[in-house]
Amino acid sequence: MPRRTMIEAIRDAMDVSMGRDDKVVVFGEDVGFFGGVFRCTQGLQAKYGKSRCFDAPINESGIVGSAIGMAAYGLKPCVEIQFADYMYPAYDQLTQEAARLRYRSNGDFTCPIVVRMPTGGGIFGGQTHSQSPEALFTHVSGLKTVVPSNPHDAKGLLIAAIEDPDPVIFLEPKRLYNGPFDGHHDRPVTPWSKHELGEVADGHYTVPLGKAAIRRPGSAVTVLAYGTMVYVAQAAVAETGIDAEIIDLRTLLPLDLDAIVASVKKTGRCVIVHEATLTSGFGAELSALVQENCFYHLEAPVARVAGWDTPYPHAQEWDYFPGPARVGRALLETMGA
Amino acid sequence: MADAGMLRFHVPEPEVRPGGTPDFSNVPIPKAGSVPRPDIDVDPRTIRDYAFSIIRVLNRNGEAVGPWAGLLSSGELLAGLRHMMTLRTFDARMQMAQRQGKTSFYMQHLGEEAVACAFRKALAPGDMNFPTYRQAGLLIADGYPMVTMMNQIYSNEADPLKGRQLPIMYSSKEHGFFSISGNLATQYIQAVGWAMASAISNDSKIAAAWIGDGSTAESDFHSALVFASTYKAPVVLNVVNNQWAISTFQGIARGGSGTFAARGLGFGIPSLRVDGNDYLAVHAVAKWAAERARSNLGPTLVEYVTYRAGAHSSSDDPSAYRPKTESDAWPLGDPIVRLKNHLIQLGVWSDERHAQAEAEILDTVIAAQKEAESHGTLHAGGKPSTRDMFEGLYAEMPPHLRRQRQQAGV
Repeated sequence: MPRRTMIEAIRDAMDVSMGRDDKVVVFGEDVGFFGGVFRCTQGLQAKYGKSRCFDAPINESGIVGSAIGMAAYGLKPCVEIQFADYMYPAYDQLTQEAARLRYRSNGDFTCPIVVRMPTGGGIFGGQTHSQSPEALFTHVSGLKTVVPSNPHDAKGLLIAAIEDPDPVIFLEPKRLYNGPFDGHHDRPVTPWSKHELGEVADGHYTVPLGKAAIRRPGSAVTVLAYGTMVYVAQAAVAETGIDAEIIDLRTLLPLDLDAIVASVKKTGRCVIVHEATLTSGFGAELSALVQENCFYHLEAPVARVAGWDTPYPHAQEWDYFPGPARVGRALLETMGA
Repeated sequence: MADAGMLRFHVPEPEVRPGGTPDFSNVPIPKAGSVPRPDIDVDPRTIRDYAFSIIRVLNRNGEAVGPWAGLLSSGELLAGLRHMMTLRTFDARMQMAQRQGKTSFYMQHLGEEAVACAFRKALAPGDMNFPTYRQAGLLIADGYPMVTMMNQIYSNEADPLKGRQLPIMYSSKEHGFFSISGNLATQYIQAVGWAMASAISNDSKIAAAWIGDGSTAESDFHSALVFASTYKAPVVLNVVNNQWAISTFQGIARGGSGTFAARGLGFGIPSLRVDGNDYLAVHAVAKWAAERARSNLGPTLVEYVTYRAGAHSSSDDPSAYRPKTESDAWPLGDPIVRLKNHLIQLGVWSDERHAQAEAEILDTVIAAQKEAESHGTLHAGGKPSTRDMFEGLYAEMPPHLRRQRQQAGV
C-alpha cells in the first residue's frame, strides 16, 4: 500500500471527492494556483479547473459565508482557513449560520460544507499560528468537529466529512503534516513513510465520523487524546512503563462516548490530554462525561494535561506544549505512584 | 507646520429630533424621468453618477414618465397594487395580534411595500432571494400562502419551522426565499456564494441579496462586495435605505457624505439609486439589474431610497428618537397611494374600487388569520411538540442529543 504524508493524504481525499462528485468545490486563500501554503491543494486547480478549485480574497467570513450560500444552492464546498487562529472573522458565519441552517429552516436549506483548518502548536508558531480552538466548535450545536492524527485517518475522515450532509470543522494538526511528533523536539522527526499509519490506500474509502480508535490497548489507565497528543501520550506511556489504553478520539462531536466509557470502566482511571488551554477546554467536557458515566468505576480523580491558560507563546514553546514529561507525570500521579 | 489645536470628535446627528419639525428639504429629489436608462452592458465607469441620483418613474401627477417607464401592463400594476395592499393589511393584523398576545413579536413594512413586492416580479422561477426580516413582500408577491406565514408567526402546530424560529423569520426554498437569520448582514455574502454556485454550475439562475442601511456597516457587507466583484457573481445587491436602523439615523452607517449606492463604486460594481416608493421604478431597475446578472455581466448594487414609516418592531417606540410626523413629511410619499393615483390616472382604477379592494383584502387576511389561529397561537391551542426541539439539527440525530431527548421525557 502506498505511503503518504498527511498533506498528501488530505490532498488525495479532495482529489478523490472532486473526481467522484462535481458538486465538490475547493477554495480558500492561496488554495488555487499555488496549491496552498501547506501544499494540501497542489495540482487540484490544474486537474479540475478554476471553477472547482480557486483562490479567495483574504476574508474568512467571506470564504465561509459564500460556502454556505453555495451549499444552499446544492454544491459541496470544502474550504480552507489558512490557520485555525484566523477563523475568528468567520465565527459568526460558522456558529449562527452554518450550524443552524438546517434546524432553523426545518431542513428547507442545509449546509453540507467542510471547513479545513491547520491547527495546533509545536512549530514555534507563536500566538497566531498555534492555537487549538476546538472547544469553540464543540460548544456549538449543529457543527461536527474532527481532528485526525495520521494520514490514513485524515484521508478517510476528510472524505467522510465532505460526504456528510452537515457542516464539519476539520482541524488538521499541522505539526503532524510531515510525520508523527511525540513532543521530543530534540530528536529527529520520523517521516510518515516510516510509520504504518502512513499507509494510505488509493481511491475512495471513509473513516466514519463519531468513531474513536484505540491506539494502544491497556488495562491500567485510559488516556483520551487527539491530534498530536496521541503520539505524546504514546511516548509518555512508553517512558513510564504504565499499561495505559490510549484512545484517539478522532471526532470530538459527535463523540464516541461508548468507547470512552467501556475503556474507563475497564481501567478505572482516566487522563485527558490536549494542547488547547485548560479552562473550559474540551477536556472539561470529557472529564465531566467520564465522571457522570464511570463514577463508581473510578479509582482516582480524572486528570487533565493541557496547554496553560495563556496565549500560545513563542520562545517558551516547549514550556507550554504538553510534552511527554508532563503527560508522564500525570499518568504516574493517576496511578498513585 | 501650523498648530491645528485640539482634535474634536465627530458624531453625526439627524437634522431633527422629537419635538422638532420634520425637514427633508436637504434631500435632493431629482425629477421623475430625468435619469437615462443605459444598456445593461454599459461600462460601469460611465454611469458612476447614477449612484448619486435617484431613478424615478411616477411624477407628481401620477404619470409614468421617462426611459424607465412602460415595462409593466396595467394588469401587472393592478396585481402589484394588490400585493402592496395585502402586505400592509397583513402587517396591521399581525401587529394587532402581537398586541393581543397571540405572538411575541412582529415587524411591519409600512412605507416600504413597493421595494420587495416590485422586485419579486423582476425575478424568474428558481432565482433565490436572501432577504432580511423586512422583505415579506417577496413572499406575498409570489403567492406564498398567508396562512403559512401566520402559522410561523404564531409558532403553532402548523408552523413549517416547528416553532424553532422567532416570528417573521420565514423560509421557503420553493418560493426563492432563503431562511432568515437574526444575525444582520450574514445573508449578503451567502447570496453572493449562491450566485457563484449558479455560475460554477453553468446554470441560468441568479441571486438577490438584501440588506438595510444600518447593516451595511457590518463586515459581511464588505465581504459580499469583494466576492461579488472578484468573481463577477450573478447577484443583485439590494440596499434598502429606509433612513433608520432602530433609533440610529442612516448617517451613522453612511457618514456625512456620499450614498449607500456609492459604496459599490469602489468595487467596480455598477450602482444605482432608485425611488423605493415608486413601484414602477423599483421594478424597472430590478429588471435591469436582473438582466445584467443573467447575461453574465456581473453584480449590480441598488439602493432603494425609502422611509421606515412604522416602528422598527413591535418592541420599539420611534417617538423617542424622531418626530412623530416625520413620515408624513417624507418627500417620496406613500408607495400605495402613488401607484393607486397612477392607476386612476391610467383610467383602470378608482377610489371606489380601491375602497372595495381594501375591504376584500381585509376579509381575505382575516379569513387566513382565523384559519391560522385554528392551529393555535403562541400561548393557546396547538403547538409544535417538544420532540421537534431536538429534531432536525443534524441530518441524523447524534447520540448525545438522543440522550438529552430522553432526559426531557420525549
